[in-house]
Amino acid sequence: MDHFKNPRNVGEMADADGVGKVGNPTCGDIMELYIKVKDETIVDAKFQTFGCGAAIATSSMVTEMVKGKKLDEALTISNAMVAEALGGLPPVKMHCSVLAEEALHSAIDDYHKKQGK
Amino acid sequence: MGRIYLDNNATTPVRPEVAEAMAGLLKGCYGNPSTLYCIGQEAHVQMEHARDVIAGIIGADREEIIFTSGGTESDNMAVFGVARAMRKKGNHVITSKIEHHAVLNPCKALEKDGWTVTYVPVDKEGIIDPKSVEDAITDKTVLISIMHANNEVGTVQPIAEIGKIAKARKVAFHTDAVQSFAKMPINVDEMGIDLMSASSHKIYGTKGVGFLYVRKGTKIMPILYGGHQERGLRPGTENVPGIVGMGKAAELMAAEMESEEARILGMRNRLWEGVKARVPHIKLNGHPTKRLAGTLNIAFEFVEGESLILSLDEHGICLASGSACTSDSLEPSHVLSAMGIPPEGAHGTLRISLGRENTECDVDKLIDVLPGTVERLRSFSPLYKDYLKEQAKS
Repeated sequence: MDHFKNPRNVGEMADADGVGKVGNPTCGDIMELYIKVKDETIVDAKFQTFGCGAAIATSSMVTEMVKGKKLDEALTISNAMVAEALGGLPPVKMHCSVLAEEALHSAIDDYHKKQGK
Repeated sequence: MGRIYLDNNATTPVRPEVAEAMAGLLKGCYGNPSTLYCIGQEAHVQMEHARDVIAGIIGADREEIIFTSGGTESDNMAVFGVARAMRKKGNHVITSKIEHHAVLNPCKALEKDGWTVTYVPVDKEGIIDPKSVEDAITDKTVLISIMHANNEVGTVQPIAEIGKIAKARKVAFHTDAVQSFAKMPINVDEMGIDLMSASSHKIYGTKGVGFLYVRKGTKIMPILYGGHQERGLRPGTENVPGIVGMGKAAELMAAEMESEEARILGMRNRLWEGVKARVPHIKLNGHPTKRLAGTLNIAFEFVEGESLILSLDEHGICLASGSACTSDSLEPSHVLSAMGIPPEGAHGTLRISLGRENTECDVDKLIDVLPGTVERLRSFSPLYKDYLKEQAKS
């Protein structure tokens, strides 16, 4: 609940090195994840989310978890790890953590694309 | 922090007078109403008094009231009971797209058994055109089931007109009046109603008790089999404390109906005006006037309903959402979909339902808290950001 009430790293990042956009308004959740990368390490992360409480909390948690991580390390973060870090999510809300994982992967992919890799 | 309860369409707090009426039966008079000795007879007398009161409120005869375990059972009994009794005549049922699941799902079950069901549409304000019901009638139609007032958006259907059509075409007419019983005037004869479902916990009684009105001469079979109770239509020892409580609740509601509904309507309209003046990008769902007095369903653009509810809960405000995430399914509300509201619009919906315990202070509090709450959620909504960028361009 804390990550819902007081979400960390909220906002848009104008000079992001990688942006991940997942979800759509029809299913009820949209997540945008921004990462700043230096020497293959995520030095900053921010998010914007339209969604339920669990979607907002998982967005907040995943941005906290990736900060300071190497990109290949960050890619090992799974939805289950995000859910666990939040103290567990009810089964109906697990899809929100999947969305967070997808947003992270999408942001890292975007970074790689921008780097021309 | 005091709690403000604004979800009276979901359930209502039990009135002290109701609890008191039930206490005597819970603590002392435990007799089975089918027995002949004094404590059984006392229970019987109290139960029959409740039946008289309820019958009086809707203009029915006492024998036409069948006590059940609540709205869902009453709806199931109406749909399956009439369908089974009328199978030889036909296999077609007419209902609407915005019914409660307690009617929709029995209809879907009938379809699996080879029945045909017509789900009539609603307009964008959630109202059914009686003509669409009339046009759907065939010589195989045995039941029309159209709800009186909708639980999500509160729209009130033209029941009397549909009742007239049903009577002329000699088709049994059921209405789910769970949200309107004892809150709005209902007369089963004037409105041409043959069967009507109601529930106690929506009128400040307890959960687990309701009734089905069944007009004399309506062909219906039981869905449960057992003893002789409730004219054999609903066997099982009656929930006497629940029934007596429902009688008391209905009696009190009927006595104050006019003044309470006017008060609640005044609060609801002030709430809407107040919120509308302070929160941009919102829309009222449902008919502007043909609506339950206490119901206000609002769509908030760019935010999701569940996160709104959780945020308001932090301020001690309890209300419901029309969005997917509140239920186990990810489907947006079938009622809002039927009204032509796209899924992305249905996700940011709040249902506010006022009741007799609400005061003007509660209205002030919500008007005070809602703008900031919506603004905070919008501040990190990607949809809002995109909207602002579009605005900046043009």
